[in-house]
Amino acid sequence: MESFKSVINYISNPTILVTAVLLIFPFIFPPTEWFYKINKRLRLDKLWTGKGLLVMTVVTISFFIFGLGDYNFKSIVLKPDNVPISGLILLLIFFTWLSMSQAYKNDALVEKGKSVDEYYDAPNDKVLVWPDLVYVELISLILFSAFMLIWSIGLPAPLEQPANPAESPNPAKAPWYFLGLQEMLVYFDPWYAGVVLPTFIIVGLMAIPYIDSDPNGSGYYSYKDRKLSVSIYLFGWLILWNVLIVIGTFLRGPNWGFFGPFEYWDSHRLEALTNVNLSEFVYVKWLEIGLPQSILLREAPGLILVFIFIGVLPVLLAKTILKKYYEDLGPSRYSIFVVLMIFGALLPLKMYLRWLFNLKYLISIPEYFFNF
Amino acid sequence: MSEKKSLFEKLASGQIWTSIFRGGGVPRSRRQRMMVVLNSVFLHLHPVRLPKHAVKLKFTWCMGGLSFFIFLILTISGILLMFYYRPTIEYAYTDMMDLTEQVPFGIMREIHRWGAHAMVITVWLHMFRVFMTGSYKPPREFNWAIGVILLVLTLLLSFTGYLLPWDQLAIWAIAVGSNMAGATPFLGAEGPGSALLAIGDINFITKVSDARFGLIGGRFLGEATLLRFYVLHCIGLPFIIMIFMAVHFWRIRKDGGISTPV
Ligand code: HEM
Repeated sequence: MESFKSVINYISNPTILVTAVLLIFPFIFPPTEWFYKINKRLRLDKLWTGKGLLVMTVVTISFFIFGLGDYNFKSIVLKPDNVPISGLILLLIFFTWLSMSQAYKNDALVEKGKSVDEYYDAPNDKVLVWPDLVYVELISLILFSAFMLIWSIGLPAPLEQPANPAESPNPAKAPWYFLGLQEMLVYFDPWYAGVVLPTFIIVGLMAIPYIDSDPNGSGYYSYKDRKLSVSIYLFGWLILWNVLIVIGTFLRGPNWGFFGPFEYWDSHRLEALTNVNLSEFVYVKWLEIGLPQSILLREAPGLILVFIFIGVLPVLLAKTILKKYYEDLGPSRYSIFVVLMIFGALLPLKMYLRWLFNLKYLISIPEYFFNF
Repeated sequence: MSEKKSLFEKLASGQIWTSIFRGGGVPRSRRQRMMVVLNSVFLHLHPVRLPKHAVKLKFTWCMGGLSFFIFLILTISGILLMFYYRPTIEYAYTDMMDLTEQVPFGIMREIHRWGAHAMVITVWLHMFRVFMTGSYKPPREFNWAIGVILLVLTLLLSFTGYLLPWDQLAIWAIAVGSNMAGATPFLGAEGPGSALLAIGDINFITKVSDARFGLIGGRFLGEATLLRFYVLHCIGLPFIIMIFMAVHFWRIRKDGGISTPV
């Protein structure tokens, strides 16, 4: 038992968890034809059958039941405000399954030359709102109300000690739906993680229909013909958003240190962290000449790198592997798409730079509060 | 009219009933059923007829509808909470205690809090289903954008409400969030570029004039913050979200109803 727990503690470390997820993700939600073929060959589409759902829920639920026997796990998972997140995990599994299973079924139908499940013969196949829809709505409302009542009677809302601005709890956590962003604070400064990144997310979400403007594939679940867009969306939503929330909620303890699910939240544990800026890497470690006086010169390596990322990389990609997309999308859509993707990719990238090289900032101009 | 009528049918064809629900009687014929929807201000958010997949739970997951329903629950439970809650540092916390301990059937706080969590989740899942069915594609692009605004407003509503209990959980969660505002590029005193907004030695963006100050109404979380969040939470944001919801629902109809395969 104990060894199982320590294995779990070990593999839920963000370095391992994120790496594993990154490696497995494209095979489960294949973005390209190549991955798609492997997905089929490995029979990973079995996940989206009834059996798949059964296995996924049984594994998750048994993990929770097993975990509740552990004091540390229990004290975090049963914190009233954390309960909805355990629910969220199950809901995510179920609804990802529900959409993917319908998508794969429809793909198979299309392959056989049949019409998709949602197909209807307008206007003959229409049903009346009264009673067909109204009663579905009524039943949902009643069931949901019952559920809310049980939840509210069973789980009291939390009320901690009265507010005391002088005594900050450790860790101080934002509401759970923002914990993905708070997790990003480990790797980025507040101006980016808390302001610019959310703006990018909002703008990026709004931009989706204008970037993926292919009118086909609307109104029914499908995967095969929308591989890239579904895969990108699921990556952003499941991994970059929800996995980070789960990490931020369950696995971040005092001083925002990482703690495995069965680990005691020891607030005296010290993290020896000496993070180094890119400029220090270049001038102090490699060139051994010390940091230059001029800010521009000092930060030149980072500035050049970021320029390459945002200015040069999109052009290179347009000429090479993304040529097809450049031609399909046209210059303005393509640039927005690629720049958003690059900023998305910067998140895991910066994580790895931190884990591998203890890199703190690519560009660090504390004189102007500009650290990136 | 020789067959015996049930009590309900008698009622339903009486003057009072027919004055409220035009048409009267239990809707049995196709025409009557269509008129029920057309004649009701609430039901006529719906079209009269729908493609058959649109009424299946496995297609819509009912998540948009549930989000709206939870919003209604939150409005009602929120109004009840407002009777007992005073947004001042002196009373906020003790009013919270009273709500659980003194008020009969004191689960309004629970309904409101868990409802808020649930709404965040249902809105996320709704967005997820809209994406997976490709329903953001033309002609529904703009409604997707409206939806994103609804999502942001939902999160902001939840966030502003989080402060109101005025306990340790509340103020420190809001402290984490509102400190970010102080780092807003150009507009936050600790944000990049704010030093550039200056004439000579005079900075425009300082700790007492930046985005964080505007959000929390002072240099520190306090009385002004509580009042500000309270007003936003109870009046400001609900007002805005209702406008956007109205547009959202209107656009669903105008964009041709629920999306269907072409
Ligand atoms: C307060 C939050 C929201 C409420 C109350 C709401 C409500 C609804 C309702 C009742 C529907 C009808 C179909 C259904 O239930 O699925 C709908 C459809 C739709 N919603 Fe929302 N919604 C909200 C947020 C969002 C968000 C966050 C998005 C996306 C970013 C979105 C995008 C759409 C789109 C594109 C449709 C049309 C779907 C179709 O035609 O199949 N909505 N919404």
